[in-house]
Amino acid sequence: MSKMVEIRWHGRGGQGAKTAALLLADAAFSTGKYVQGFPEYGPERMGAPITAYNRISGERFTIHSNIYEPDYVVVIDETLLSAVDVTKGLKESGAIIINSEKAPDQLRDKLKGYKGRVGVVDARKISEETLGRYFPNTPMLGAVVKVSEIMSEEEFIVDMESSFKHKFADKPHVIDGNMKAIKRSMQEVQIV
Amino acid sequence: MAIRDRLSGNEAVAHALKQIGPDVMAAFPITPSTEIPQYFSAYASNGEVDTEFVAVESEHSALSACVGVAASGGRAVTATSSCGLALMWEMLYVASSMRLPIVLAVVNRALTGPININNDHSDSMGARDSGWIQLYAENNQEVYDNTIMAYRIGEHPDVKLPVMACQDGFITSHGIENIELLESDKVTSFIGTFNPDVRLLNPKHPVSMGPYSNASYYMEWKCQQAYAMKQAKQVILDISKEYANISGREYGLFEEYKMEDAERAIVIIGSSAGTAKATVDSLREKGEKVGLIKIRVFRPFPMDELAKALGHVKAVAVMDKAESFSACGGPLFAETRSACYGIPNAPKMINYVYGLGGRDVHVGCIAHVYSDLEKIIKTGDIGETYRHLSVRE
Repeated sequence: MSKMVEIRWHGRGGQGAKTAALLLADAAFSTGKYVQGFPEYGPERMGAPITAYNRISGERFTIHSNIYEPDYVVVIDETLLSAVDVTKGLKESGAIIINSEKAPDQLRDKLKGYKGRVGVVDARKISEETLGRYFPNTPMLGAVVKVSEIMSEEEFIVDMESSFKHKFADKPHVIDGNMKAIKRSMQEVQIV
Repeated sequence: MAIRDRLSGNEAVAHALKQIGPDVMAAFPITPSTEIPQYFSAYASNGEVDTEFVAVESEHSALSACVGVAASGGRAVTATSSCGLALMWEMLYVASSMRLPIVLAVVNRALTGPININNDHSDSMGARDSGWIQLYAENNQEVYDNTIMAYRIGEHPDVKLPVMACQDGFITSHGIENIELLESDKVTSFIGTFNPDVRLLNPKHPVSMGPYSNASYYMEWKCQQAYAMKQAKQVILDISKEYANISGREYGLFEEYKMEDAERAIVIIGSSAGTAKATVDSLREKGEKVGLIKIRVFRPFPMDELAKALGHVKAVAVMDKAESFSACGGPLFAETRSACYGIPNAPKMINYVYGLGGRDVHVGCIAHVYSDLEKIIKTGDIGETYRHLSVRE
């Protein structure tokens, strides 16, 4: 993959959009890619809409700006569909991946005529069943890797396991739950 | 072998400092400070460095503590951002006039008001006349490299000046990027030991440092500072060459990107230079003769070198990420235009103030600047020299 893939994350403060973007950068880095993962800082408060970004490429790149024409958009909070223009600039060759219990076709009318693929994963259900709490970012991470195919599923799973072992060195009990969340979301994501 | 890693700009500086191991880091531990003291204080409390971490009550005190450390012959470091740098102002001049090679990791952010936490160069550009060497970085790699070189430059006997190693707030400070790190033993031997010829804690040679100086000596003192800043230019080039030997990355006073046959050029500082390089690449694919110069060293200002590099260009846009309210352009513009004054066939030159308070600068913004330069060349009319980029009408 030499072509650059650009991803925009939409979440609400506290849902881990920035962390997800950094974890994705980590995983892509481990597979030998050039990466960027960065948040866009606005007024920092719990619940406010926030944006984070990834660039992933097989070749070195120098650009430092926000992303206006992403290949993929990830929406961690379904309520943002009516609050933020999430499909703005989104390439039709790409996809939008939404955290929702609804089916992709039920969400399409909220996407301002977006004609590309729509992916849905119920990150709340997965998170609550695997982690016992609502941390939607880990399942969304699994879903975006599955849909975007920016790296092989096997590589990604191995990388995430090592990332979590590092990140949660003092909380080993959460590693299993996070890994289960990722694997389940990769199986359960529906894409139309 | 270089160590391949991915770090944020803040992590990159903290890692460089861990490898350098200064004697003391004095820093204000909360907003508007950066993650740099936070990461570094963890290294200090985990015993990964011998550095004493002093959590002071203000940035004024942070730099004051560094002045005390450096005057005593120790290596001192602090880190700050935005209004934290503003609160250091008085002590910036004390540090440079006492000729103390303190290193200050600056994460460039806007100064309030309106209240804003995002990137621009208002903070360090305001401090440009405080007698500190200023190095700017495009990306995380460069801020890591500049931090390691900063001690060698500042401590050089021909220089003896404090150094700011600056990077763009959030854009690089909080962005994860690929980076190549040096092995710690290489950094240790590159850095060497700090052996100042004069220091306070030397009972065999008692000295007074930072005393009152009235009109009969003040000016001689200032001339010596100014002379040291002149000397710094060659020292920076020498140290950068030495650093290239251990890193494979060579830096000059500025970087010329596709300038050989360029008819239009921009002069720019910091992370947006990377975006501008991507713009140059895409315009070059269409056959347009465009290039750019990225300033790495703003103090001392590379005046003669810059004039030479711009001599063959027809039109230049100088990009300032700080507003100086001079009513006629930003600080980089003033210096660059002054550099080109009097050279034969000097390029036509305009100034763009851009990216204030985190206003995003994308490829389209930079392409707009190159297209303005094309108009100037075609019509011969410079028009308004002092402009603002991407502003609502």
